[in-house]
Amino acid sequence: MTTVANFAIDYRQYLNEHGEVNTKLPDFANNSDTLIQNYQDMVLTRTFDLKAVTLQRTGKLGTFPPILGQEALSVGIGSSMQKDDVLVPSYRDHGAQFQRGVSMQEVLLYWGGDERGSNFASANAKDDLPISVPIASQYLHAAGIAKAFQYRQQKRVAVTFCGDGGTSEGDFYEAINLAGTWKLPVVFIVSNNQWAISVPRDIQSGCETLAQKAIAAGFTGVQVDGNDIIAVREASLNALEHARNGNGPALIEAITYRLGDHTTADDAKRYRSREETNAAWQREPIARLKSYLVNIGVWNEEQEKNLQTQCAAKVEKAVKAFLDMPKPNVTEIFDSLYAQLPEALIEQREEAISEASS
Amino acid sequence: MPEITPEITLVEAIPQALAYEMQHDKDVVVLGEDVGANGGVFRATAGLHERFGSERVMDTPLAESMIGGMSVGMATQGMKPVAEFQFMGFIYPAVNQIVCHAARMRNRTRGRLSCPIVYRAPYGGGIHAPEHHSESTEAMFAHIPGLRVVIPSSPARAYGLLLAAIRNPDPVIFLEPKRIYRLVKQEVPDNGEALPLDKCFVLREGSDITLVTWGAMTHETQQAADQLAHQGIQADIIDVATVKPLDIDTILNSVEKTGRCVIIQEAARTCSVGAEIAAQIGEKAFDYLQAPLRRVSGYDTVMPYYKLEKQYMPSVKRILNAAHELMEY
Repeated sequence: MTTVANFAIDYRQYLNEHGEVNTKLPDFANNSDTLIQNYQDMVLTRTFDLKAVTLQRTGKLGTFPPILGQEALSVGIGSSMQKDDVLVPSYRDHGAQFQRGVSMQEVLLYWGGDERGSNFASANAKDDLPISVPIASQYLHAAGIAKAFQYRQQKRVAVTFCGDGGTSEGDFYEAINLAGTWKLPVVFIVSNNQWAISVPRDIQSGCETLAQKAIAAGFTGVQVDGNDIIAVREASLNALEHARNGNGPALIEAITYRLGDHTTADDAKRYRSREETNAAWQREPIARLKSYLVNIGVWNEEQEKNLQTQCAAKVEKAVKAFLDMPKPNVTEIFDSLYAQLPEALIEQREEAISEASS
Repeated sequence: MPEITPEITLVEAIPQALAYEMQHDKDVVVLGEDVGANGGVFRATAGLHERFGSERVMDTPLAESMIGGMSVGMATQGMKPVAEFQFMGFIYPAVNQIVCHAARMRNRTRGRLSCPIVYRAPYGGGIHAPEHHSESTEAMFAHIPGLRVVIPSSPARAYGLLLAAIRNPDPVIFLEPKRIYRLVKQEVPDNGEALPLDKCFVLREGSDITLVTWGAMTHETQQAADQLAHQGIQADIIDVATVKPLDIDTILNSVEKTGRCVIIQEAARTCSVGAEIAAQIGEKAFDYLQAPLRRVSGYDTVMPYYKLEKQYMPSVKRILNAAHELMEY
């Protein structure tokens, strides 16, 4: 018998859970300004996230999926992208969306039941897709966007996210298979946060890693500590460069943990233990980066205090803008349905106007 | 010497329209299973691969949801994919992509992104095909806000409507009645002239009864109208062509004139396009009706395998029976 192919999955971690460096850092990580910026963005993401949950609890926001615990992953990927790249997010990626220029007010609008939240004002995010709610369906959109880049010979990359549960979907496999076959410039991120609502990772797949699914599609998959922003950024910068240079897709499985509920409509205490969650808190991404920055002497408690104040103020401003936004006119449900409203809908539009004003 | 326009079939009008538009718009690409060197299992993309190459005529891996979803991604970048599903019976894995994404992208981004996609599929029965190759489920897509559903019934309308579908900035489900792919030949000048979407075509004018139909059933309906004419009954025939959004005004104008209407479709009866047309006539032209509406359609059964498919599909005789019943009412 001969072995016709051999495969291995690499795992990367630079900062361990105590914020200690356990190997030589990649070059970008020697620039403490970059890491401080990442840290500030992660704290802002968390401040926003906690506030959004509070808004939901007080009846000012609809169902919301917290990103708590996944800030390194989301900020790390988003900050690795170039302006011309396109983000194709799942519903738990607002940290990455903020990096692209999507505003906190827009994210609140979306979860506040208002389509205008996906009409991103930022020029950087003008081609970014709105979040995808049907699981992993966005992986195919990223492949299609990457095909358009390839067809037009543009040096751009599509970046998409799904969760560990998403890797069980047909669309996940169909997308990575196409991307591998056509060598598309797309980076697939698997946010392995251990839980697909109540279903744990080990019920999701018999694979030792989710990264190895890329092997079956003909390209490289790597696993990183998703709570270590240095590992996340190193892997994503490599994958983006690889894809941008015409070498085809890459997949990054980021190991993280969903510290919050699936959404505000979920209660994770029903299916997982306090011990497990407490242990996961010991590995969370923000404390570890802060610890590292403090240890190397580039961050102190006064800076931290200022940052917390600034983040709270930014979030409050976004919340106010969101709450002050006038409700959309009922005609909006018709006016973006088609480029031009078909004759057949004009009567219904008038009916809606009449009903709304009566 | 004047240039001679050769007569072509409906299935030959498809690649003629595709080639015209690909020639004039580099954003138009064709993709699907076997659409490349093979030219499609029905030859609906014949010659395109030789002419435009693999860059623009893409054989995809065998995965229908992928065809549906990657088209969405391409379209958000301003490309105009014309994606083929090999048979309508294989479109269902892509329904999530069509319904949850293609149909909604413009609305959910308030116009920031859009999906100018044409999803083509051969559809309908009558060619002794295997299981899953003969259904007419256009109503499933007609039900979905944001989509257009277009069904040509002649070579000229296939050419003109396909051009219109590709140029339309929103997603179009373009269903090709494969039973009439090669039934008739017609001169179809390759002049790039599109036909209007969202409009019915009046195929024949008469004042006694309205026959509303689309796709392959236009042929049985025309045969029935010929026989009715011999009996002194003059029928209006309306080819709906775009079943969503529906040009109900053309239908209502005819019904107001004739007072009698038979709707003829291959599809199963319940919640069908025919049901929608009947409901709207009931709502808007009730006072003009001199007889109840009649639907001649497939039954609410699974489309039978080919030994019984003729019994399932509306025949000229069934159309005539319905028409006579209304005339004698």
